[in-house]
Amino acid sequence: MHLAYPAVLAVLLFCTGLYGVLARRNAILVLMSVELMLNAVNLNLVAFDVWLRDALHSGQALTLFTIAIAAAEIGIGLAIVLAVYRNRGSADIDRLRDTAETDDAETLPDDFDGVAARDTTADQATAPAGKAKKAEATA
Amino acid sequence: MTLAATAGHPGFLSPNGVEIAFVLVGLATLGAALITVTTKQLVHAALWLVVALGGVAVEYLLLTAEFIAWVQVLIYVGSVVVLLLFGLMLTRAPIGRSPDADSGNRWIALGASLAAAGALVWVVVDAFRTTWIDLDGPAQGSTKASGEFLFRHWVLPFEALSVLLLAALVGAIVISRKDRQDPQGGQGTQDRRGGGGRQGSNGVQGPSGPQGGDDRRERPTVNREDKS
Repeated sequence: MHLAYPAVLAVLLFCTGLYGVLARRNAILVLMSVELMLNAVNLNLVAFDVWLRDALHSGQALTLFTIAIAAAEIGIGLAIVLAVYRNRGSADIDRLRDTAETDDAETLPDDFDGVAARDTTADQATAPAGKAKKAEATA
Repeated sequence: MTLAATAGHPGFLSPNGVEIAFVLVGLATLGAALITVTTKQLVHAALWLVVALGGVAVEYLLLTAEFIAWVQVLIYVGSVVVLLLFGLMLTRAPIGRSPDADSGNRWIALGASLAAAGALVWVVVDAFRTTWIDLDGPAQGSTKASGEFLFRHWVLPFEALSVLLLAALVGAIVISRKDRQDPQGGQGTQDRRGGGGRQGSNGVQGPSGPQGGDDRRERPTVNREDKS
């Protein structure tokens, strides 16, 4: 088999996952895209291991380790997402702006339906209120 | 499409059966992955992810890595997707189409991923144009071979990995459990729940009251993490 087939497939799967990570808003969909990227890496590892005929079979061993670490990662990631959802009532990563430092970033964009009541024109007035609200929801 | 575009090289003009099967399964896998990252229905994304991961498992089989293929089926299709579906349910994902599944920077993401795909495909095809995998002989990833190399050369990382999995299990339980009750009778928990409700979404609390739902919601969460 030509080596370019699995390599190109891995590249395309990785870029599909990259698009998903960058474009998705729900945190669980982002985790799914991360799984796609990890699978692309695993496919590369297996293909190059079979090609090189390594005596230690490093590629296949590392693939097994990657699968196990991905399982651990998805467990921890979903636990964090559930904790965030329980505290915030939303798992949208666009709304998690606690580390934003400017007043401009403190105010959420208009298109968020859940928090449409916030007035985006009065930045100076709403920024302290937003901070207080976030602190209340995070504590 | 890109796979077909690379068919200009001499080696691609006479594909054998394994290559044809690889390309067909690869197209199905890629299509499922594309649907996973573009569909508006969250549960359908998880179900298409099953197809994509299963396709990758078939590719492992075609590359004679049998043991990894079955591990892929067991762990990814069996547990990771189930965990994702549980996560979707516990965050009350809408069943139908959700219009805000994609964020506003979708076109930037599309441009970035297309640029990365183009560059990587170009580099990879140019680098491995004259390289063939020899799939003849005994299978290199059979269960016997996997057991030999895993428990002869990779024992220490394997055992360290079990410690990592234990740490991840404990960490997931600690993160996802409810807050500890305060000594004053859980006053702080109630305040926090009120704060979450005021944040803007009413979907945090179940139909039961704040006090009654406390214990009932804790146990399924912990049980779910046991699967990882």
